Amino acid sequence: MVRVVNDARILARALADPASIAGLDAEGWTALLAMARAEQLIGTLAMRVDGVAMPAAVKAILDDARDAAEQGRRAALWEAEMARRALAAVDCPVVLLKGTAFVAAGLSAGQGRSIGDLDILVPRESIDTVEAALLAAGWEWVKPDPYDDAYYRRWMHELPPLIHRERDRMIDVHHTILPLTARITPNPVALIDGSVALENGLRTLSPNGMLIHAAAHLFADGDLAGGLRNLWDIRCLVEEFGTDGLAADARRHGLSAQVARSLRIVDTLFGAGEATGIDRLYVRRVTARDGWGGPTRPVTRLAFYIRSHWLRMPPAMLARHLWTKFRKT
Amino acid sequence: MPDALYRGPPEDGLLIAPLDAFTAVYHRASGITHLLTEPAPQILAMLQEGSLSLGALLDRLERDYDLADGTREALAARLDELIEAGLVARL
Amino acid sequence: MRHAFSVRIGPVGFRIGSDWRAPIAALKTLYRDYPGPRDGVADFTVRLFARRPWRRFVRPSVEIGGDYMLPEAAPLPLSQGLLAAEMAMNLQMALGARRYLLLHASAVERDGRAVLMTGISGAGKSTLATLLAAKGWRFMGDEFALLDPATGLVHAFPRLISLKNEGIAAAEAAWPAARMGPLMRATPKGDIRHMVPDARAIAAMDTPATPALLVFPRYGFAAETRPVPPAEAFIRMTQASTNYVGLGEAGFRGLTGLIAQVPSVAIDYPDGTSAIAQVEALWSAL
Repeated sequence: MVRVVNDARILARALADPASIAGLDAEGWTALLAMARAEQLIGTLAMRVDGVAMPAAVKAILDDARDAAEQGRRAALWEAEMARRALAAVDCPVVLLKGTAFVAAGLSAGQGRSIGDLDILVPRESIDTVEAALLAAGWEWVKPDPYDDAYYRRWMHELPPLIHRERDRMIDVHHTILPLTARITPNPVALIDGSVALENGLRTLSPNGMLIHAAAHLFADGDLAGGLRNLWDIRCLVEEFGTDGLAADARRHGLSAQVARSLRIVDTLFGAGEATGIDRLYVRRVTARDGWGGPTRPVTRLAFYIRSHWLRMPPAMLARHLWTKFRKT
Repeated sequence: MPDALYRGPPEDGLLIAPLDAFTAVYHRASGITHLLTEPAPQILAMLQEGSLSLGALLDRLERDYDLADGTREALAARLDELIEAGLVARL
Repeated sequence: MRHAFSVRIGPVGFRIGSDWRAPIAALKTLYRDYPGPRDGVADFTVRLFARRPWRRFVRPSVEIGGDYMLPEAAPLPLSQGLLAAEMAMNLQMALGARRYLLLHASAVERDGRAVLMTGISGAGKSTLATLLAAKGWRFMGDEFALLDPATGLVHAFPRLISLKNEGIAAAEAAWPAARMGPLMRATPKGDIRHMVPDARAIAAMDTPATPALLVFPRYGFAAETRPVPPAEAFIRMTQASTNYVGLGEAGFRGLTGLIAQVPSVAIDYPDGTSAIAQVEALWSAL
């Protein structure tokens, strides 16, 4: 069966309905794999299509992807464990975020997921103690530039990046989930209060908390690079936990529109929904990938990149920030 | 005042390959490969049977491995290195 | 992508796409005797692309991309498009290979057993492999040797041989009838010329071998041979392998197994003739 491949909707379909890709030809499989790799979704794809008839060469590639995801899972959980040991003496909740949280809690969103740095959320009042404990346990700053550092500390939602000197892995320590300069200000205290304890004492956000964080990260912070993976996370969370009380929680954090939009787009990409209005632009953006794994739709991409900076910083601040950076270069 | 206890990886938590003066150790939980010299492999072997205090560890090392020049300070320093490497935790 | 080519080198299939015809034409010519990817599905995709549409024509510069990319990678001029393709393929292997432990080593085989030669750029592993192959050894690869952690066997990866600087003349002298790519001067790695492995190497690419000798060559010194202690060999091999860490337990078992079963020897050599004699002497003494 020949299928014309012009964007990543074919990848979304394959994830949502694995049986639908039985009968894909060599060219179709090649394109699907390239897209999946480009979107950091090949481990997820491997888990989802396990058991579907496929050429031996494809099975070998997907088996490798599963192994790689398993290796990544192990490394991510180890980073979390080392952070736990370093922060054991600090008397504050340590909440895992994103991919590490999914695998630590054994969620379906974690299956086959590629995981990058360790992200944790701690109360703002504990941030200095947490920083000191991490530095004492072998983490060090990535960038020593004082301006960037001052900007970061004052305005961003996280410490400047830290990397462990032996293991060479990064940790991002957040005290809220969006930059303080962003136009939306979610309530980190409520998120931490609603968090759930794991067996080892680390915590994750509640299911609604994870959904709200994913939507915030996707729509109110980013330029939507990696959007397809984040939308799949949301789809998995909804499948596993449902949406009870989600609208009310989202309202409390000022993220009603973002959460609602993410659910609509999840339904469009992975369900039976049809996007309308602005949603269609978002769908275009997150599926802007060709059969070679390359980015497409440059105008749409640029529009979202500009938008993401506009969201992070009010215009006057953005101008000052860019001016100062310009003066230094 | 009771000594702190030191805990190592569980029985199947390590793969061990002696090379020469160095031993290559693969730590399954972390996926990290360590190259260790005496007495670190012996310390890890002792701890596999259960957590031990500094004093108990020193006694067993002297008795079982004939590591005669051990002192509490030297052993504590080796244990700190193993803690930083993630192989040992102080309870 | 406008122009495309697919090829299998040993167990690894590649799909290479390009905004320009020339690099693809060069690959098609030089790899003409190689098979295609298994089941028509490549393991890795490579893209040679122009950063902006007009850069296809104005001061054309080839960006290297694919399944795995390095954000800081500098582009190459179109005249070095073949080099860009080879570097891109290396990058996919270095960052993405999982089925085999990737050893940064050349390899030649005799009677089912292999010599692996490992070292930094300039140590001479490509040239040595080429010279030994001219003396009757079967050429397995000049850049990567693929170690199967489950079996301990080494698999061939006979891509185009990347000859640099003085190595070019030495290889041309040893293989006067070999098919060669264009001579590329003043690349980031010096003068480079690619040589197509001989027909025997291509025909035997799917036949693995048992590693029997691990050599650490060093070019430009008086001839000397000395054993390398196991721990040192182990450390040097982990540094020489881009996927040792990613392979986890399998990598550990594969590499410690290799070091335990195979003698490691450092060779200092003043010229190719001397090196060949030293390797042959070590081989006879096994």
